[in-house]
Amino acid sequence: MSVLVFVEHTEGQFKKSAYEVVSYAKAIAKHLHQPLTALAIGNITTEELQRLGRYGASKILHVNHHKLASFINQGYASVIAHTVREEGVEFMVLSNSFSGKDLAPRLAAKLQAGLASNVVALPEIDGDQLTVKTTAFSGKAFAYITLHSPVKVLAVNANTIESKEDPTTTNIVALEPAAIDMADFKAMIKELIQTTDKVALPEAEIVVSGGRGLKGPENWNIIEDLAEALGAAVACSKPVSDAGWRPHSEHVGQTGITISPKLYFAVGISGAIQHLAGVSSSKVIVVINKDPEAPFFKVADYGIVGDAFELVPKLTAAVKAYKNK
Amino acid sequence: MRILVCISHVPDTTSKITFSEDKTTFNTTGLQYIINPYDEIALSKALALVEGGKGTVTVITVGEPVTEPTLRKALAIGADDAIRINAYPQDAWFVANQLTAYVQDKEIDLILTGRESIDYNSAQVASYLGELLHLPSVAIAKKVELQGNRATVEREIEGGKEVMDIPLPLVIGTAEGVAEARIPNMRGIMSARTKPLTVIEPIEVPQLGRITYYEAPVPRGSVKLIDASEPEKLVELLHQEARVI
Ligand SMILES: Cc1cc2nc3c(=O)[nH]c(=O)nc-3n(C[C@H](O)[C@H](O)[C@H](O)COP(=O)(O)OP(=O)(O)OC[C@H]3O[C@@H](n4cnc5c(N)ncnc54)[C@H](O)[C@@H]3O)c2cc1C
Ligand SMILES: Nc1ncnc2c1ncn2[C@@H]1O[C@H](COP(=O)(O)O)[C@@H](O)[C@H]1O
Repeated sequence: MSVLVFVEHTEGQFKKSAYEVVSYAKAIAKHLHQPLTALAIGNITTEELQRLGRYGASKILHVNHHKLASFINQGYASVIAHTVREEGVEFMVLSNSFSGKDLAPRLAAKLQAGLASNVVALPEIDGDQLTVKTTAFSGKAFAYITLHSPVKVLAVNANTIESKEDPTTTNIVALEPAAIDMADFKAMIKELIQTTDKVALPEAEIVVSGGRGLKGPENWNIIEDLAEALGAAVACSKPVSDAGWRPHSEHVGQTGITISPKLYFAVGISGAIQHLAGVSSSKVIVVINKDPEAPFFKVADYGIVGDAFELVPKLTAAVKAYKNK
Repeated sequence: MRILVCISHVPDTTSKITFSEDKTTFNTTGLQYIINPYDEIALSKALALVEGGKGTVTVITVGEPVTEPTLRKALAIGADDAIRINAYPQDAWFVANQLTAYVQDKEIDLILTGRESIDYNSAQVASYLGELLHLPSVAIAKKVELQGNRATVEREIEGGKEVMDIPLPLVIGTAEGVAEARIPNMRGIMSARTKPLTVIEPIEVPQLGRITYYEAPVPRGSVKLIDASEPEKLVELLHQEARVI
């Protein structure tokens, strides 16, 4: 009945989502009265590994091998699957990040495990079955998935639960990867380009998003200033990225990224169904639009009817004033 | 060069999603179906890669007879032939196993899928295929280029991208940026009717999980409007009432 969580890091620093999945897996482990084991792969300091203990992992398996220095889905999936077998894991938790999407199905196939992706709540465990809530239809519905395979894999969305400190004594174990299979390393990374050092959109707790109402890319500074004041990530509607005002990686909606931040600011976005699909699971939605009839107001929690060019800088000033208090 | 493009038949993006009384199935009556938008990107890319007689593009779907108009549309856009595996696509694991059974004994250089289907959004099929076929895979690619028998693929990562160099054959899930979706022209539509569409029967796949029921999102309460002259009021509400800042 043991629980294993795989944690991701960027250049040796655990991601925000890593602590979230540890807290998620810890909740399952507690429910089952089991200890929690975490697995990290790559070049990570002992000090950083120790942090996982603060969130409740009592055993930390660390695999550091030159072939596994950067993420290669096949190589990583082999190591994780091997660990699952060695540790007799029943519940495998990882984050539903870009890399998680590369990994989870591979792992599930290797282990003949049932897989639930887009997980947004803790599971109900009933004997050897597990049922968990996932998003479907791009946020227009939830689907409850029941897994009944001996091993179960859960890929958990960012912001599903808040990471929570729950310190335990930890034991860090350096693991040698079992036989490295060269067939797993056909893909090579030529270059890694970090386009932002700020919080990444899929993981962000607060997102400020701009639409066609902003008229052009030269006006994005008002969006960026508000985002900066709030410590938020920046997003946009589809026509904005289609027009090349902003990169496609910022486009949210049914055909873009689906996000579920605590707070979503929609500025100059009308609220088309395809846009709403990607953002409707945000906890709180604020809409700023000059048209009181804009459909977005119907699904918002707070709204201001007004001109973004006047309003957003004032709002930014108000946020700064609040933060300074 | 032979390219296989996996096509998912999904409800149109404007669809309202509703469920049966007992919440175990979603209502399909009255829904318009389309080629999954990401699969359209995959298909357009495939067609661009074989342009000038450099190869063929086969489209494949796991679906019941109702999915045939979607395959015909893919043929009209420019695919050379279509395969339908005659089964209801229960989940990504089922679909990937069916596709694997078809691909296994074929010489295919590149398999393209969409990054996710807009109905179940599981983003699982591409990586399942990679594993089941023992091929490299990229679940979410923003750019794909070929040089001989190698591919340069830009993989999306949080806050950036990774440029990868991967030998063919491989599986790629395409996202926006890979290609512009193509629209069928009159000649395409005419010729689609006579292009081959082969139906094959499914294999047995052990079930590992299933959707037990659906739930609609809880509707939000009505919006609280704040006067444009008092933006500081909004900040206060977000802090004290909503507790999100
Ligand atoms: C297959 C398909 C998939 C799609 N997928 C997506 C998707 O994933 N994401 C997405 O976003 N869209 C998607 N769309 C497009 C979607 O239907 C809408 O066209 C799009 O969301 C509209 O973008 P917008 O709100 O920025 O622009 P508009 O609809 O043009 O709205 C602009 C808004 O700005 C307001 N405004 C103008 N000036 C100001 C001002 N000075 N101050 C304040 N407000 C102002 C206007 O009142 C208006 O409400 C998709 C469409 C299709 C067909
Ligand atoms: N029934 C299906 N038949 C063929 N391909 C599919 C099917 N369902 C999904 N796919 C492919 O797999 C991709 C990802 O789907 P999913 O894993 O369901 O999000 C889609 O974009 C399609 O390319």
